[in-house]
Amino acid sequence: MTYMPSLRSREIKIAPQTPISKISPFWEGLKEGKVLATKCRKCGKLYFPPTPDCPECLSSEMEWVQLSCEAEIETFTHVVVRPASFQHHKPYTVAIGKLKEGVKVLAWLTGFKLSEIKVGMKVKLAAKTTPEGELTYEFVPP
Amino acid sequence: MRKVAIIGAGNSKFGNRSDVNIMELAFEAVKPALEDAEATAKDVEFMALGSTGAGAWYAELLPAIVTAEHCGLTGAGLVRCEAACASGSAAFFTAYSAIATGQADIAMALGVEKMREIDTPTTMEWIGRAGSYLWEFHNFGLTFPAYYALYATAHMARFGTTEEDLALVAVKNHKYGSMNPLAHLQNRITVEDVLSSMVIAYPLKLFDCCPITDGAAALVLASEEKVKELKVDTPVWVAGIGYASGTANLSRRQHYVGLEASVLASKRAFKSSKIKPDDVDVAEVHDCFTIAEIMAYEDVGFCKKGEGAKLIREGQTEIGGKIPINLDGGLKAKGHPIGATGCSMIYELTKQLREEVERNRQAPMKNYVALAHNVGGTGHYCYVTVLKR
Repeated sequence: MTYMPSLRSREIKIAPQTPISKISPFWEGLKEGKVLATKCRKCGKLYFPPTPDCPECLSSEMEWVQLSCEAEIETFTHVVVRPASFQHHKPYTVAIGKLKEGVKVLAWLTGFKLSEIKVGMKVKLAAKTTPEGELTYEFVPP
Repeated sequence: MRKVAIIGAGNSKFGNRSDVNIMELAFEAVKPALEDAEATAKDVEFMALGSTGAGAWYAELLPAIVTAEHCGLTGAGLVRCEAACASGSAAFFTAYSAIATGQADIAMALGVEKMREIDTPTTMEWIGRAGSYLWEFHNFGLTFPAYYALYATAHMARFGTTEEDLALVAVKNHKYGSMNPLAHLQNRITVEDVLSSMVIAYPLKLFDCCPITDGAAALVLASEEKVKELKVDTPVWVAGIGYASGTANLSRRQHYVGLEASVLASKRAFKSSKIKPDDVDVAEVHDCFTIAEIMAYEDVGFCKKGEGAKLIREGQTEIGGKIPINLDGGLKAKGHPIGATGCSMIYELTKQLREEVERNRQAPMKNYVALAHNVGGTGHYCYVTVLKR
C-alpha cells in the first residue's frame, strides 16, 4: 500500500454512564445468585432482558420474577476475532438459550468444548460475579 | 403520490480509500450522478445522506453538511438518515418521499462511508455495539460476524445448510466482483480458499465476511413532470418501497433461520409495486456475510424457507439461472461501506436496467424489473426497493 498523508484527529475518550435505576433489582438479584425477569401486571407478559415498561400494553406496572434457569440452546457461535474492549479475553462462546418460561437469554456458554456444543442441548443459566467484580450471567453444564 | 424516477447515478471506486476524506469521497459519487442526470448541484432541492460513522470511525460529525458544502449542494434541504447498514436505502426512501409528496422536483440520495480511518478492533467494537449495547454487547462482546454466525448455526442445524454452501456464495460474489472495476475485492476464490480461511466467529470464516470498505454512491431522483421536461432517455422508475424492523435484542427474535424484517419489507415492496418475485430480472441482496445471502433468497421469496442453499448449489443466482443476484460482487466482494451500500445497490440496478454494465456481468432483461434488499444491523432494519425501467 502506498503511503498516504493523513492528519491525526484530536482524541476523545467516550464512556457513557448508562442509568440502571429502574432495573437495579436485576443487578441486586445477580449478587444473590438469581437471574430475574420482569412480568407485566396488566397483560401478564414476561420479559428478558427485564424492562420497566411493557412494550405490549405500555403499562409500567411490572413485577420482578426469578427465572428457573433451565434452558435449551437455540443457537451459538464462538467469537475468535474480538472487539477492542474484549482483547484481554480468550475467544469465547456466545449462545442463545430458551428458558422453560418461554423467554430467551443471550449469554456466554462455558464449561464445554466447542465440538460438544449442539443446538437443542440442555444447559443451566447461572448468575456470576467475574474475577474483576463485574456482575453477569452465563450458561453452564446442567 | 407522484411517480418518481432515477435520472442519474454515480458510484466511487470502493476499497481502502486512504487517499480521500469523507467529503472528497462523496464528490466521486455526486459529480458523476449529476453529470449522468445532466443536472447541476443547484438543481437539487433536497439531499438525504446515508452514513453511520460520523464522529465514530471518521471525525466529521455532520456529514450531510460537510459533503454538501464540498459538492456545491449547500442551500438544499439536508438530512442524515441512520438505518445502520440500510442507511443508504433509508436516504433513498427519504429523497423519494420528498418528490412523491410534491415537496421537491429534483432530490438526491447520497450514501458515503469512511471505515478505515480507525483500527480494526475498534471497528469491531463500534459495529458490535449496533444492536442492544446494554444486553448483548456490554457483558458478552458480540461482534457483527458473531451476530450473523448465530443465524448460520441455526440455519445449518435446521435445514442442513453446510459450510460449503456458505462458501459457494463467496465464490459466486468474488467471481462477479472480479468483473466489476469498482469492487474492493477483485480476486476470484475457491470453496477451499473459503473453508481454509481463519475462523472469525464460528461457523463464519474470513471469506464468509464482507471486507471493511470505504465508498460512496449517489442517485439523482426526479418527478415525472421533470423527467418529461428534461427529456430523460431512460428513466428508471421507483415501482415500490417496503420497509420493516426487527427487535434490538436477538434474544427477542422468534427464530434464527431468517430475518422477519426482510420478510415483511419484501411483502410490502411487492404489494406496493404490484410485482411478484418471479417478475424480477436481477436483484441485489444484503450479503454482509454468506449466510445473509442464503437467508435473503428465502426471506425475499426467491425460494421457500430452507431452500436457499439449494438455489446457490444449482447456480440459480448466477447469470443464466432463475434469478441473477449480486452481479456487482455484492457486499462480499464489492465491499460494504455501511451507509453507502443501499445507494450503491440502487446504482448497480439502475445500470443493470439501462443495460450499461460490463457485458460479462449484465443480466438478461425480460421485464426490466430489479429489486434491492438492504438490511440494517442483524435484521434490525430492512428496506426493499423495486425498480422498473
